[in-house]
Amino acid sequence: MRNRPHIPALTATLVLFLIVGCGGASDSEQATPDQAGDQSSLTADQIENGIGPAVEVNLGPIDEAMAAKGEAIFTSKCAACHKMDKRYVGPPLADVTKRRSARFIMNMMLNPDQMIREHPTGKEMFATYMTPMPSQNLTEEDARHLLEYLRTQVPVVE
Amino acid sequence: MKRNNRNTVIAVAGVLVAVIVLATSCQQAQRGVISGSDAASKVYVPPGSYDDYYAFMSGGYSGQVTVMGLPSGRLLKNIAVFSQHAENGWGYSEETKAMLNTSYGFIPWDDSHHPQLSQTDGVPDGRWLFINANNTPRIARIDLATFETEEILEIPNSAGNHASPFITENSEYLVAATRFSVPIPQRDMSIDEFKEQFKGTISFIKADVVGDMDVEFQIMLPGYDYDVSHAGKGPSHGWAFFSTYNTEQAHTLKEVNASQNDKDFIAAVNWRRGEECLAEGVGRQFGGEYVHNIVGENRIAVSHARSGTTMIYPEDCDGLVYFLPTPKSPHGVDVDPTGEYIVGGGKLATVLPVHSFSKMLQAIEDEAFESEVDGIPVLDYDAVIAGEVANAGLGPLHTEFDGKGNAYTTAFLSSEIVKWKLGTWEVVDRIPVYYSVGHLMIPGGDSREPWGQYLVAMNKMTKDRYLPTGPELAHSAQLIDITGEKMEMLLDFPTMGEPHYAQGIAADLIASNEVRMFPIEENSHPYGVKSEAEARVERDGNDVHVYMSSIRSHFAPDNIEGIRVGDKVHFHVTNLEQDWDVPHGFAVIGARTSELLIMPGDTRTLIWNPQREGVYPFYCTDFCSALHQEMQGYVRVSPRGSNTPLTFGTGS
Repeated sequence: MRNRPHIPALTATLVLFLIVGCGGASDSEQATPDQAGDQSSLTADQIENGIGPAVEVNLGPIDEAMAAKGEAIFTSKCAACHKMDKRYVGPPLADVTKRRSARFIMNMMLNPDQMIREHPTGKEMFATYMTPMPSQNLTEEDARHLLEYLRTQVPVVE
Repeated sequence: MKRNNRNTVIAVAGVLVAVIVLATSCQQAQRGVISGSDAASKVYVPPGSYDDYYAFMSGGYSGQVTVMGLPSGRLLKNIAVFSQHAENGWGYSEETKAMLNTSYGFIPWDDSHHPQLSQTDGVPDGRWLFINANNTPRIARIDLATFETEEILEIPNSAGNHASPFITENSEYLVAATRFSVPIPQRDMSIDEFKEQFKGTISFIKADVVGDMDVEFQIMLPGYDYDVSHAGKGPSHGWAFFSTYNTEQAHTLKEVNASQNDKDFIAAVNWRRGEECLAEGVGRQFGGEYVHNIVGENRIAVSHARSGTTMIYPEDCDGLVYFLPTPKSPHGVDVDPTGEYIVGGGKLATVLPVHSFSKMLQAIEDEAFESEVDGIPVLDYDAVIAGEVANAGLGPLHTEFDGKGNAYTTAFLSSEIVKWKLGTWEVVDRIPVYYSVGHLMIPGGDSREPWGQYLVAMNKMTKDRYLPTGPELAHSAQLIDITGEKMEMLLDFPTMGEPHYAQGIAADLIASNEVRMFPIEENSHPYGVKSEAEARVERDGNDVHVYMSSIRSHFAPDNIEGIRVGDKVHFHVTNLEQDWDVPHGFAVIGARTSELLIMPGDTRTLIWNPQREGVYPFYCTDFCSALHQEMQGYVRVSPRGSNTPLTFGTGS
């Protein structure tokens, strides 16, 4: 009796084999659906200031020359989707410097793909506006000039 | 109990057998997927990973170039070259139409055979790809930073530009020769005068500067068929070799009449000597109308008519051309990586002849000539031959090299690749291919430094290799591992058009140079816009110019009124995107041309002739965002002579 093979156990093995099949092992190795960008994986600083290359921004009094350069870039690369005082393709921007930190704004310009994919605010905006904010291949200097231009904007009070 | 025991034993045995059978069948299934003789894993490029090589395959009668990845056989791109390509507007848009101009006018098609990568020091360098148009003789330059055709030169005094374009080792020249001899200059005469009057030409075309492609000089040769070519390398740099057949000079039923002679020729051309003769002024000024097309800095193609070449006659320039007798109707002429051996693929011959470059120089010095044709010495066969490969298959055509002393020759009739050793001429391996192989390609296999890992057989017949698709089947290519002593078949993959020759290059020599978009600041198209603020519509008589911008996901303007029946509306669409892989398309009802596909930062123009009054939509054809379906607009067409004011806007 001791040496007798255990039929139910063997049958169970067979059934298990049938269920798992040939590809069972590889299934377990597959990554679960993308969980990157889960808010818990971001630092408090990233939540506040966005994900991207803008790690330090020094703001002084408005630099008119920088703002003028920013306006030219805005006209060429941003105005097709952003108006100052109303929603267009994207959100209105006259008050953006009041709503978001300077670094957040620059990171949104410089790293929109990751911001939309991983940052809770970016994901929320994408869900609201549906069109992804495109990368316009701006340099950090471009983004800084754009920020200065946005700082000159005054929201229209209705 | 005994009975019970027996039942138990049977049950146990049954279960065990079932488990074993299942386990075995699983093993077999998995072997088929990933192990086997390991063929599958050798061509497996995991999702998200890249191939090791780019393969550039000619499109043959498609007139284009197909880019594939090796070892996977993945299709990467179809580059529009000599044929209109409605998929992206090549040859349809106002910016690209001029690329297909010739001295015969606009031609929407050709037959492309031989891609050739630019070289530095005899090694592919990844700057450009050149390819011939066989029918209306032309050579195109493709920029490998954009994978776009940027220059096309027509070749005058030629017919059947088949032995073309083969490059010299520092991209000094592309060589090109006539497959069809014709009266040169062209004139009205009886075809019966072929033998006396018809001629062939070889052209040397400057290739090393973008925009400066031109015929440097041509050589007038006897009226044979000049079939394929390769330039010398290393010690034979400065020479180029051309296979010839129809030395019988037949002009009808060539199938029979051009196969009479036991030996035809490989023409050895000393182009450095040609340069000397050119400098000495012995070339004769010759006629010939041709057209040069170039994409300008504003990315708009322009055509320039050119006239006349300098023709060198061998009798005026001693030492320019020699004929090497070669059995029998040779097709391929392939120079090994050392530059010493010149292999002639005598497609009707029983042996594969290999000439020696050093013996050829000696024979020239010794004047070991067996005869002379039109001032061209015919060298003594025994004085130039290095060896003959016996049993090299039936119908040998083309040979490439692995850089380890081995040569690989295609045999069309016996459908096989034959591997043999340079120097000993001994056949060491053969592998069947399916079916009727023409060219073969080893990445770098016609250069001084072949990569020597893979071989691609380009087969002329497909038959039963794939699921049937009606009478026409995709031509089959096959990937073979050549790293071991024995060749190993790895993969079948279908191709586009009919690949003749192909070229391969290590991926990193190209991938790191790729252009991802065109900076909008540098857009110098006269009808381009640099921002949405510049979008507008201007009328000039019956010509209406729409300066339109596109960005995810709207056009500006997207409402246009004041267009009239009979107008000629120029939609100049600028893609304001500055990101990779975000083209926008443009199409409008009733446009008698293709769509536009506009790369980021680029401007493309479609001309629309509204024929009926009404309100007509236009839209983006390239799915660009979640709101792509919303990327559309309207143009109002009023009757002829109507006073509807010209208005336009977006979002108003």
